[in-house]
Amino acid sequence: MTQQLVRGTHSVDPAAGHSAAAPEASVPVPPAADQASVSWAGSPWAGARRFLAKPGLVLSVLVLALVILWALVPQAFTQWPPDTGVPSSRLKPPSAEHWFGTDSLGRDLFSRVVHGSATSLAATAVAVAVGLVAGSALGLLAGSIRGWVDDAIMRVMDVLLAIPSLLLSLALITVLGFGTINIAIAVGIASVANFARIMRAETLRVSTAVYVEAARSSGVRWHSILLRHVLPNAAGPVLALSALEFGMAVLSISSLSFLGFGAPPPSAEWGSLVAGGRDYLVAAWWLVTLPGVVIAAVVLSTNRISHAFQDSERNGR
Amino acid sequence: MIRYIGQRLLQGAFVLWAAYTVSFLILYLLPGDAVSIMASGDEQNAVDPALVEKLRAEYGLDRPLYEQYFIALFKALQLDFGLSVKNGVPATQTVAEVLPETIKLAVAGFALAVLLGSALAVVAAFSRNRWIRQAFSSLPPLGIAVPTFWIGLLLLQFFSFRLRLFPAIGNDGGQSLVLPALTLAIPTSAVIAQLLTRSLRQTLGEPYIEQIRAKGASEALINFGHALRNAAIPTLTMLGILVGNLLAGAVVSETVFSRAGIGRLTVTAVNSRDIPVVQTLVVLAAVIFVITSLIVDLIYPLVDPRINTARGAKV
Repeated sequence: MTQQLVRGTHSVDPAAGHSAAAPEASVPVPPAADQASVSWAGSPWAGARRFLAKPGLVLSVLVLALVILWALVPQAFTQWPPDTGVPSSRLKPPSAEHWFGTDSLGRDLFSRVVHGSATSLAATAVAVAVGLVAGSALGLLAGSIRGWVDDAIMRVMDVLLAIPSLLLSLALITVLGFGTINIAIAVGIASVANFARIMRAETLRVSTAVYVEAARSSGVRWHSILLRHVLPNAAGPVLALSALEFGMAVLSISSLSFLGFGAPPPSAEWGSLVAGGRDYLVAAWWLVTLPGVVIAAVVLSTNRISHAFQDSERNGR
Repeated sequence: MIRYIGQRLLQGAFVLWAAYTVSFLILYLLPGDAVSIMASGDEQNAVDPALVEKLRAEYGLDRPLYEQYFIALFKALQLDFGLSVKNGVPATQTVAEVLPETIKLAVAGFALAVLLGSALAVVAAFSRNRWIRQAFSSLPPLGIAVPTFWIGLLLLQFFSFRLRLFPAIGNDGGQSLVLPALTLAIPTSAVIAQLLTRSLRQTLGEPYIEQIRAKGASEALINFGHALRNAAIPTLTMLGILVGNLLAGAVVSETVFSRAGIGRLTVTAVNSRDIPVVQTLVVLAAVIFVITSLIVDLIYPLVDPRINTARGAKV
């Protein structure tokens, strides 16, 4: 106890104090109380104010929203066509007319980035969906059946974690073949183990809770327990992981299409745009630099958002 | 201790067996038939049925699955992963030829990453200036978010083409190692810095730090003698995964800088769908993971004598 007092006198900066003091949940809270504390304390205005007080988070959400809009309505953001170039304006540096400059065929790079975001984001969404669905299902199975099923599934997951995910994706691409959808599936499968681990841990945590035992002893069947108690309570951490994996998937997919395993040339995906600029490193710096900035901004934003999910999760419990 | 190491080696052997089995399942049993993939090279070409049958018999793929698996496993135990489809040389030999180049790159990259990462973390955690602290702790999230291939290309653009300080491509000499190693080091150092900053700040809030300070220890002794040593443990735990990621980073770094090595080999093997080589590389990654975890376990007691790994983790 005295040690606790001593700790209080030491001045660390607020961020450190926060992370050190944040208690890990040891006692599961019943769903009703859980929901009450997870929802932003009090009125929606308080939540909005707290959100606006974090400029980094606001910016991240804006970046992500902008990129999603690029993917949905690309023509609203640029009047240049992505695939037909003007031969007279080859390799022009960024200007008011061409924000990101033009490539070796005179195509507007900004337009190619905007139009490419649909491919990149769709592939990322497929990857996260594959990981989320397959991983959660495996984790749920392992955590609720226990016994040898648990052992078998988790040993396989351990082995998948032992192999670097990019290498695992590459091995899968060898078999699945090239193309954007295939690299998305490969990246998704490579992230299954992470989802399975989180889901299993959450399942174990929730299924030992008193209210679940109460439900079980009053004759609620196992599938209703899973649907009503386990899944909603596991959603938070799994969602935080999904946001994190979204960023990782953007990186993996752009890396794989940079390496040349994505869709063939005319289509523009962020990674292949950077790869296309490789031959013009000396003459046209913007061809590599600017699409890369977009990728980094998106990943930075999703990581920040995932961080916010984790924080609210931690404070909520 | 010897018994403990024996136990760990057994566990390691299990991981290797499992990695081999998983890669066998993925590469030989999944939808695309391995032989027609290898015979065609890429999907566009027509496959010659006679060639397929010949290859099938040669690889023993006309036998029942479990038989194929045990034959392949038995061969793998003798370090025979089959012949590279591309040039008929044993896959293990193809990998072993370029392995030293990647080891050089990975060691240089890792050393750089540890230096850079710890330096960032130390400044971010120990500095008294709030601005410096914030600036240095905002760098790691940035380092994690930028694509490795992009870092490589920017370094290439700036240091090789603009300043002409380092050669742009190739494997000769220490000069050509600098930029690829830096490319490899930046993402890894960001992870190290993030982990280490967090645990350093946590450690600095511990009561025993206060007690050492009360006893009159200098700040330098507190920071470097006590806090850093205690804070290193969570980072050490991640070492196995970090070293594995170096291998993945080498794939990108070696491609950007056109260096020979297992990273480039991975890309060419996937491109030509050279399944034996790809499998060798996957198992090699697992070997590296097992060895690093074993080393980490043996280092623990040196950093923190309270952890006696031989008698089970006691803290």
